Amino acid sequence: MQASAHDLPAPSGAVLAASEGIHARFLVAYPGFSLDVDLRLPGRGVTGLFGKSGSGKTSCLRCIAGLAPARSGYLRVNGEVWLDSANRVSVPTHKRPLGYVFQEPSLFPHLTVQDNLLYGHKRIPRAQRRVRLEQAAGLLGIDHLLARMPAGLSGGERQRVGIARALLTSPRLLLMDEPLASLDAGRKQEILPYLERLHDELEIPLIYVSHSQEEIARLADHLVLIENGRAIASGPIADTLARLDLPSAMAGDASVVIDGRAGEHDPAYGLLTVHLARGGSFLRAVHAPVPPGQRLRIAIQARDVSLALNRQEDGSILNLLPVRVVEVAATGNPAHVMVRVDADGTPLLARITRYSADRLELAPGKAAWAQVKAVSLLA
Amino acid sequence: MTLTVEDFYAIWLTLQLALLTTALLLLVGTPVAWWLSRTTSRLKGPVGAVVALPLVLPPTVLGFYLLVAMGPEGFVGRLTQQAGLGTLPFSFAGLVVGSVFYSMPFVVQPLHNAFEAVGRRPLEAAATLRAGPWDTFFSVVVPLARPGFVTAAVLGFAHTVGEFGVVLMIGGNIPQRTRVVSVQIYNHVEAMEYAQAHWLAGGMVVFSFVVLLALYTSRRAPSAGF
Repeated sequence: MQASAHDLPAPSGAVLAASEGIHARFLVAYPGFSLDVDLRLPGRGVTGLFGKSGSGKTSCLRCIAGLAPARSGYLRVNGEVWLDSANRVSVPTHKRPLGYVFQEPSLFPHLTVQDNLLYGHKRIPRAQRRVRLEQAAGLLGIDHLLARMPAGLSGGERQRVGIARALLTSPRLLLMDEPLASLDAGRKQEILPYLERLHDELEIPLIYVSHSQEEIARLADHLVLIENGRAIASGPIADTLARLDLPSAMAGDASVVIDGRAGEHDPAYGLLTVHLARGGSFLRAVHAPVPPGQRLRIAIQARDVSLALNRQEDGSILNLLPVRVVEVAATGNPAHVMVRVDADGTPLLARITRYSADRLELAPGKAAWAQVKAVSLLA
Repeated sequence: MTLTVEDFYAIWLTLQLALLTTALLLLVGTPVAWWLSRTTSRLKGPVGAVVALPLVLPPTVLGFYLLVAMGPEGFVGRLTQQAGLGTLPFSFAGLVVGSVFYSMPFVVQPLHNAFEAVGRRPLEAAATLRAGPWDTFFSVVVPLARPGFVTAAVLGFAHTVGEFGVVLMIGGNIPQRTRVVSVQIYNHVEAMEYAQAHWLAGGMVVFSFVVLLALYTSRRAPSAGF
């Protein structure tokens, strides 16, 4: 795979300094609903906007694109102001250097795939073109479709064309509004690897709206939880998912997401070592070999983590991590508690019975061992 | 051949009138239809109703008010006189103006339907791909609404060819200036020249049928228009 998005435009050095990142503040009032958010997002990597349908995440994305008017707002993307209602600044959508992927692919039905791809590409000045047609088509695996009309493509192919079309405008911000929501499970699995590749190769920020925990867990580095038009949390995904004060932590399938790098693979037992990005800990999981050093993302469900005061050498559980208890919180089920522990910088959640918590006298600051029964590799 | 020189003049005049009217209607009707399909203004209903008025008004009523407005004492007549153009009634220019009003709904409504069928999403997609409003209109809206433009042009042309009452009210019956086919048929009938009336009337029937046949067979779904 030679074609890559490595040379997508990074913001020019002059504006980097203090103004890097995205500052987005919007106040929008609809009948019966208002969006009121003030977000500071990283200037690169994937930010997931997560929430239920109707929570306002799509409205927020449309405000960023300028497709929906904000009654008052401010938007600065890596040093460039796109909206400042106090100073009557509002850059129209077609002058914002962004790429937008809609929930339905929204290809132009009267143009071939190639002309769809080039529609935005030929409308930006030659000097700003950083992505070539072959690069984008290769990255999304659509080289063989260029001569076709959109009506003849499958849903997954159309959405890949939509993503490539957005990339070909050499955007400085990429926005995706539930790009997988209109696809069936098989098509989702077809596109997710392409999105993960984008995540690894793109040097521009990507804001990804979804109500799917799986997609967010696999793709996002930064997580914003939106509820009733308000951002109730915003932070690095590992920390945000491990927060006990948020409804996501109280759900039955609460989990944490941890970034790591592939280590050695033991062919005799089929075990792969994953070194955690923070601290010196590592985990081992049953997995096929992965090139050492490759970036990996793993998810650990709270119900798969148990706690012990001593290292259990004689058990069957493979992964034992020394941890310190940070917080113990009640859950929806009074027989259970959720314990947040710190494994040398990496937050973990453990869902255990309240009986066990009392018996072990778990309290903030107490040292313990986390026994991780299952580790799933996301990417 | 039983068609007279006068008949040929009438046919030639009718074609000129219909072509010019259709061209003007596409120019005027497109922005009106676009506005009607996009606006959230409270004026949308009233404007839409005014555009559709010629559908239900007797042509004599429309012709009468146009005659009054364009006459020497009328609002339009004073303007044209001040501009040194004289007055429009009983002139070819007057017929063109009358025909534009008379055939307006037959152009605006197919375009309005076609624009609404395009929807908002292609416009938003174009905007996120750096296309400004005019660019979007010509590169996305016009191609997607092309069947609507074809229907609008055909119906506007055919309806103008078939115009009679408005022509008689504001154009009269002046050979080579305002005497169109429909008026010429009327003259033949008044003069008891039924054979010649048949040639022109039959020609109109064939023309109208062919036009509508072409329209209905070229269209996959007869959704736009009437």
